[in-house]
Amino acid sequence: MGIVSPGFQGRPRTAEPALPPGQYLTEDWPVLSAGPTPKVPLDTWEFVVSTETGAEFRWSWSELMGLPQDTPTLDIHCVTRWSKLGTNWQGVSLDTLLEGIDTQARYALAHSYGGYTTNLPLDDLRGGRAWVAHTYEGGPLPAEHGGPARLLVPHLYFWKSAKWVRGIRLLVDDQPGFWETAGYHDYGDPWREQRYQGD
Amino acid sequence: MTEMSYLDGNMLDGPLREIFAVDLSTATGRCAHCGTAGPMAGLHVFSHAPGLVGRCPVCEQVMLRLVRAPDRAWLDLRGATVLELPMPLDQPHPGPL
Repeated sequence: MGIVSPGFQGRPRTAEPALPPGQYLTEDWPVLSAGPTPKVPLDTWEFVVSTETGAEFRWSWSELMGLPQDTPTLDIHCVTRWSKLGTNWQGVSLDTLLEGIDTQARYALAHSYGGYTTNLPLDDLRGGRAWVAHTYEGGPLPAEHGGPARLLVPHLYFWKSAKWVRGIRLLVDDQPGFWETAGYHDYGDPWREQRYQGD
Repeated sequence: MTEMSYLDGNMLDGPLREIFAVDLSTATGRCAHCGTAGPMAGLHVFSHAPGLVGRCPVCEQVMLRLVRAPDRAWLDLRGATVLELPMPLDQPHPGPL
Protein backbone atom coordinates (compact mmCIF):
# COMPACT_ATOMS: atom_id res chain seq x y z
CA MET A 1 0.00 0.00 0.00
CA GLY A 2 1.38 3.36 -0.92
CA ILE A 3 2.02 6.12 1.50
CA VAL A 4 -0.75 8.16 0.00
CA SER A 5 -4.00 6.37 -0.23
CA PRO A 6 -6.35 7.87 -2.76
CA GLY A 7 -9.16 7.28 -0.34
CA PHE A 8 -7.76 9.57 2.31
CA GLN A 9 -7.02 12.83 0.61
CA GLY A 10 -9.59 14.66 2.64
CA ARG A 11 -12.78 16.15 1.36
CA PRO A 12 -12.34 19.05 -0.98
CA ARG A 13 -13.64 22.30 0.39
CA THR A 14 -17.13 22.79 -0.85
CA ALA A 15 -17.10 25.84 -3.06
CA GLU A 16 -20.03 28.19 -3.15
CA PRO A 17 -22.23 27.12 -6.02
CA ALA A 18 -21.54 29.48 -8.89
CA LEU A 19 -24.95 29.09 -10.47
CA PRO A 20 -28.45 29.23 -9.03
CA PRO A 21 -30.53 26.06 -9.43
CA GLY A 22 -31.66 25.26 -12.96
CA GLN A 23 -29.24 27.68 -14.63
CA TYR A 24 -26.51 26.98 -17.18
CA LEU A 25 -23.39 29.01 -17.83
CA THR A 26 -23.10 31.01 -21.04
CA GLU A 27 -20.10 32.93 -22.32
CA ASP A 28 -21.98 34.97 -24.91
CA TRP A 29 -24.81 37.32 -24.07
CA PRO A 30 -28.21 36.33 -25.49
CA VAL A 31 -30.42 39.23 -26.58
CA LEU A 32 -33.93 38.98 -25.19
CA SER A 33 -36.58 41.54 -25.94
CA ALA A 34 -40.35 41.80 -25.70
CA GLY A 35 -40.49 44.36 -28.50
CA PRO A 36 -38.65 46.61 -30.91
CA THR A 37 -35.48 48.30 -29.70
CA PRO A 38 -36.34 51.93 -28.91
CA LYS A 39 -34.01 54.59 -30.22
CA VAL A 40 -33.32 57.03 -27.39
CA PRO A 41 -31.14 60.06 -28.27
CA LEU A 42 -28.93 61.10 -25.38
CA ASP A 43 -29.92 64.76 -25.68
CA THR A 44 -33.54 63.92 -24.86
CA TRP A 45 -32.89 60.98 -22.51
CA GLU A 46 -34.05 61.45 -18.96
CA PHE A 47 -34.47 59.42 -15.80
CA VAL A 48 -37.38 60.27 -13.54
CA VAL A 49 -38.14 59.14 -10.00
CA SER A 50 -41.72 59.90 -9.00
CA THR A 51 -43.07 59.47 -5.50
CA GLU A 52 -46.47 58.51 -4.16
CA THR A 53 -47.24 62.20 -3.59
CA GLY A 54 -46.57 63.08 -7.24
CA ALA A 55 -43.19 64.68 -6.65
CA GLU A 56 -40.77 64.12 -9.52
CA PHE A 57 -36.98 64.10 -9.59
CA ARG A 58 -35.30 64.21 -13.04
CA TRP A 59 -31.82 63.66 -14.35
CA SER A 60 -30.60 64.40 -17.85
CA TRP A 61 -27.84 62.27 -19.41
CA SER A 62 -25.17 64.80 -18.49
CA GLU A 63 -26.53 65.07 -14.97
CA LEU A 64 -26.42 61.28 -14.61
CA MET A 65 -22.83 61.25 -15.80
CA GLY A 66 -21.98 63.93 -13.24
CA LEU A 67 -23.08 61.76 -10.32
CA PRO A 68 -20.71 59.43 -8.44
CA GLN A 69 -20.11 56.33 -10.55
CA ASP A 70 -19.81 52.70 -9.41
CA THR A 71 -17.98 49.96 -11.35
CA PRO A 72 -19.48 46.68 -10.09
CA THR A 73 -18.50 43.21 -11.34
CA LEU A 74 -21.61 41.05 -11.26
CA ASP A 75 -23.14 37.69 -12.09
CA ILE A 76 -26.41 37.91 -14.01
CA HIS A 77 -29.12 35.25 -14.20
CA CYS A 78 -31.88 35.17 -16.82
CA VAL A 79 -35.13 33.35 -16.11
CA THR A 80 -34.71 31.61 -19.50
CA ARG A 81 -31.97 29.67 -17.64
CA TRP A 82 -28.70 31.23 -18.83
CA SER A 83 -26.30 32.82 -16.38
CA LYS A 84 -23.29 34.97 -17.17
CA LEU A 85 -20.58 35.45 -14.57
CA GLY A 86 -18.14 38.26 -13.88
CA THR A 87 -19.69 41.00 -16.01
CA ASN A 88 -18.21 44.49 -15.64
CA TRP A 89 -20.45 47.52 -15.51
CA GLN A 90 -20.44 51.21 -14.76
CA GLY A 91 -23.44 53.08 -13.48
CA VAL A 92 -25.01 55.17 -10.77
CA SER A 93 -26.22 53.45 -7.61
CA LEU A 94 -29.92 53.79 -6.83
CA ASP A 95 -28.77 54.77 -3.35
CA THR A 96 -27.37 57.92 -4.94
CA LEU A 97 -30.51 58.60 -6.97
CA LEU A 98 -32.90 57.95 -4.08
CA GLU A 99 -30.86 59.92 -1.54
CA GLY A 100 -32.88 62.74 -0.05
CA ILE A 101 -36.15 61.69 -1.70
CA ASP A 102 -38.87 61.69 0.92
CA THR A 103 -41.18 58.71 0.50
CA GLN A 104 -43.28 56.27 2.47
CA ALA A 105 -43.40 53.88 -0.49
CA ARG A 106 -42.44 50.23 -0.06
CA TYR A 107 -42.62 49.28 -3.72
CA ALA A 108 -41.15 50.44 -6.99
CA LEU A 109 -42.27 50.09 -10.59
CA ALA A 110 -39.49 50.60 -13.11
CA HIS A 111 -40.66 51.79 -16.52
CA SER A 112 -38.84 51.97 -19.79
CA TYR A 113 -38.73 53.66 -23.16
CA GLY A 114 -40.85 51.31 -25.28
CA GLY A 115 -43.40 50.68 -22.52
CA TYR A 116 -41.85 47.82 -20.51
CA THR A 117 -42.45 47.73 -16.76
CA THR A 118 -41.23 45.60 -13.86
CA ASN A 119 -41.91 45.80 -10.12
CA LEU A 120 -39.61 45.38 -7.13
CA PRO A 121 -39.71 46.05 -3.42
CA LEU A 122 -38.10 49.44 -2.88
CA ASP A 123 -35.67 47.91 -0.37
CA ASP A 124 -34.19 45.82 -3.20
CA LEU A 125 -33.14 49.01 -4.97
CA ARG A 126 -31.20 50.12 -1.89
CA GLY A 127 -28.11 48.92 -0.08
CA GLY A 128 -25.68 48.94 -3.01
CA ARG A 129 -27.63 46.28 -4.89
CA ALA A 130 -29.07 48.26 -7.83
CA TRP A 131 -27.77 50.67 -10.46
CA VAL A 132 -28.75 52.66 -13.52
CA ALA A 133 -26.02 51.22 -15.73
CA HIS A 134 -24.78 52.83 -18.94
CA THR A 135 -21.40 51.15 -19.59
CA TYR A 136 -20.64 47.48 -20.17
CA GLU A 137 -17.12 46.05 -20.38
CA GLY A 138 -15.69 49.52 -20.87
CA GLY A 139 -17.96 50.64 -23.71
CA PRO A 140 -21.40 52.21 -24.07
CA LEU A 141 -24.14 49.71 -23.27
CA PRO A 142 -25.39 48.48 -26.68
CA ALA A 143 -28.99 49.38 -27.49
CA GLU A 144 -30.01 45.73 -27.90
CA HIS A 145 -28.88 45.16 -24.30
CA GLY A 146 -30.78 48.17 -22.97
CA GLY A 147 -28.62 51.20 -23.82
CA PRO A 148 -28.38 54.08 -23.32
CA ALA A 149 -29.08 52.87 -19.78
CA ARG A 150 -30.74 49.95 -18.08
CA LEU A 151 -31.69 49.11 -14.56
CA LEU A 152 -29.27 46.61 -13.05
CA VAL A 153 -30.55 44.51 -10.12
CA PRO A 154 -28.41 41.38 -10.38
CA HIS A 155 -29.65 39.62 -7.24
CA LEU A 156 -32.99 39.08 -9.00
CA TYR A 157 -33.72 37.40 -12.33
CA PHE A 158 -32.62 39.67 -15.14
CA TRP A 159 -36.13 40.56 -16.34
CA LYS A 160 -36.16 42.86 -13.29
CA SER A 161 -33.18 44.75 -14.76
CA ALA A 162 -35.34 46.79 -17.11
CA LYS A 163 -33.69 47.65 -20.42
CA TRP A 164 -34.01 51.25 -21.71
CA VAL A 165 -35.04 52.35 -18.22
CA ARG A 166 -36.73 55.74 -18.11
CA GLY A 167 -37.79 56.02 -14.53
CA ILE A 168 -39.04 54.51 -11.31
CA ARG A 169 -42.40 55.11 -9.70
CA LEU A 170 -42.36 54.77 -5.91
CA LEU A 171 -45.61 53.15 -4.81
CA VAL A 172 -47.39 52.46 -1.54
CA ASP A 173 -48.96 49.30 -3.02
CA ASP A 174 -47.25 46.68 -5.17
CA GLN A 175 -48.11 46.93 -8.86
CA PRO A 176 -47.03 43.96 -10.98
CA GLY A 177 -45.19 44.76 -14.20
CA PHE A 178 -45.10 43.39 -17.75
CA TRP A 179 -44.03 39.80 -17.05
CA GLU A 180 -45.33 39.71 -13.48
CA THR A 181 -48.90 40.15 -14.81
CA ALA A 182 -48.36 37.28 -17.25
CA GLY A 183 -47.34 34.47 -14.93
CA TYR A 184 -43.86 35.35 -13.77
CA HIS A 185 -42.99 35.57 -10.09
CA ASP A 186 -43.57 38.84 -8.29
CA TYR A 187 -40.09 38.84 -6.67
CA GLY A 188 -37.89 36.57 -8.82
CA ASP A 189 -35.03 35.38 -6.59
CA PRO A 190 -32.87 33.09 -8.76
CA TRP A 191 -31.34 31.33 -5.73
CA ARG A 192 -34.85 30.29 -4.64
CA GLU A 193 -35.79 29.59 -8.28
CA GLN A 194 -38.77 31.91 -8.16
CA ARG A 195 -39.55 31.78 -11.87
CA TYR A 196 -43.34 31.60 -11.99
CA GLN A 197 -46.21 32.64 -9.75
CA GLY A 198 -46.41 30.27 -6.80
CA ASP A 199 -42.77 29.08 -7.06
CA MET B 1 -27.21 48.51 -33.85
CA THR B 2 -28.95 45.17 -33.99
CA GLU B 3 -32.71 45.49 -34.43
CA MET B 4 -34.66 42.79 -32.67
CA SER B 5 -36.32 40.61 -35.24
CA TYR B 6 -39.79 39.18 -34.90
CA LEU B 7 -41.76 36.36 -36.43
CA ASP B 8 -45.22 36.57 -37.95
CA GLY B 9 -48.27 35.40 -36.02
CA ASN B 10 -48.41 32.06 -37.79
CA MET B 11 -45.84 30.88 -35.26
CA LEU B 12 -48.54 31.18 -32.57
CA ASP B 13 -50.42 28.28 -34.14
CA GLY B 14 -48.66 25.54 -32.18
CA PRO B 15 -48.43 27.29 -28.81
CA LEU B 16 -52.10 28.35 -28.90
CA ARG B 17 -53.27 24.96 -30.16
CA GLU B 18 -51.97 23.64 -26.85
CA ILE B 19 -54.59 25.74 -25.08
CA PHE B 20 -57.55 26.16 -27.42
CA ALA B 21 -59.53 23.71 -29.49
CA VAL B 22 -59.91 26.31 -32.23
CA ASP B 23 -57.16 27.55 -34.52
CA LEU B 24 -56.57 31.10 -33.33
CA SER B 25 -54.09 31.84 -36.11
CA THR B 26 -57.08 32.09 -38.46
CA ALA B 27 -58.89 34.49 -36.12
CA THR B 28 -59.17 38.22 -36.59
CA GLY B 29 -58.16 40.39 -33.65
CA ARG B 30 -58.78 44.07 -32.95
CA CYS B 31 -56.03 46.05 -31.31
CA ALA B 32 -57.19 47.66 -28.06
CA HIS B 33 -54.77 50.55 -28.60
CA CYS B 34 -55.27 51.68 -32.21
CA GLY B 35 -58.42 49.80 -33.15
CA THR B 36 -56.95 48.10 -36.17
CA ALA B 37 -58.50 44.71 -36.92
CA GLY B 38 -56.44 42.11 -38.70
CA PRO B 39 -55.49 38.46 -38.77
CA MET B 40 -53.76 37.18 -35.64
CA ALA B 41 -51.33 35.58 -38.06
CA GLY B 42 -50.24 39.09 -38.96
CA LEU B 43 -49.03 39.96 -35.45
CA HIS B 44 -45.35 40.70 -34.93
CA VAL B 45 -44.30 38.03 -32.45
CA PHE B 46 -41.21 38.59 -30.32
CA SER B 47 -40.13 35.15 -29.19
CA HIS B 48 -36.61 35.78 -27.83
CA ALA B 49 -38.13 36.67 -24.48
CA PRO B 50 -39.41 34.98 -21.31
CA GLY B 51 -42.71 34.49 -23.19
CA LEU B 52 -44.27 35.16 -26.57
CA VAL B 53 -45.24 38.78 -27.17
CA GLY B 54 -47.60 39.48 -30.08
CA ARG B 55 -47.68 43.11 -31.16
CA CYS B 56 -50.06 44.97 -33.47
CA PRO B 57 -48.38 45.32 -36.87
CA VAL B 58 -49.69 48.90 -37.14
CA CYS B 59 -48.98 50.52 -33.76
CA GLU B 60 -46.61 47.90 -32.21
CA GLN B 61 -48.59 47.84 -28.96
CA VAL B 62 -48.89 44.49 -27.19
CA MET B 63 -52.02 42.52 -28.13
CA LEU B 64 -51.07 39.10 -26.77
CA ARG B 65 -48.70 37.62 -24.22
CA LEU B 66 -48.29 33.89 -23.75
CA VAL B 67 -46.10 32.49 -20.98
CA ARG B 68 -45.50 28.77 -20.76
CA ALA B 69 -44.29 27.12 -17.56
CA PRO B 70 -43.64 23.37 -17.50
CA ASP B 71 -47.03 22.75 -15.88
CA ARG B 72 -49.00 25.94 -16.59
CA ALA B 73 -49.62 28.60 -19.20
CA TRP B 74 -50.77 32.20 -19.01
CA LEU B 75 -52.48 33.97 -21.88
CA ASP B 76 -53.02 37.72 -21.60
CA LEU B 77 -55.21 39.24 -24.31
CA ARG B 78 -55.97 42.59 -22.71
CA GLY B 79 -54.45 44.31 -25.73
CA ALA B 80 -57.06 42.75 -28.02
CA THR B 81 -60.63 43.94 -27.63
CA VAL B 82 -62.27 41.17 -29.64
CA LEU B 83 -61.37 38.01 -31.50
CA GLU B 84 -63.44 36.93 -34.49
CA LEU B 85 -63.21 33.19 -35.03
CA PRO B 86 -64.23 31.42 -38.23
CA MET B 87 -66.69 28.63 -37.40
CA PRO B 88 -67.87 25.75 -39.55
CA LEU B 89 -71.31 26.37 -41.09
CA ASP B 90 -72.65 23.01 -40.01
CA GLN B 91 -71.89 23.71 -36.33
CA PRO B 92 -75.18 23.47 -34.41
CA HIS B 93 -76.00 26.87 -32.98
CA PRO B 94 -79.03 28.40 -31.27
CA GLY B 95 -81.42 30.22 -33.54
CA PRO B 96 -83.23 33.44 -32.68
CA LEU B 97 -85.88 33.11 -30.02
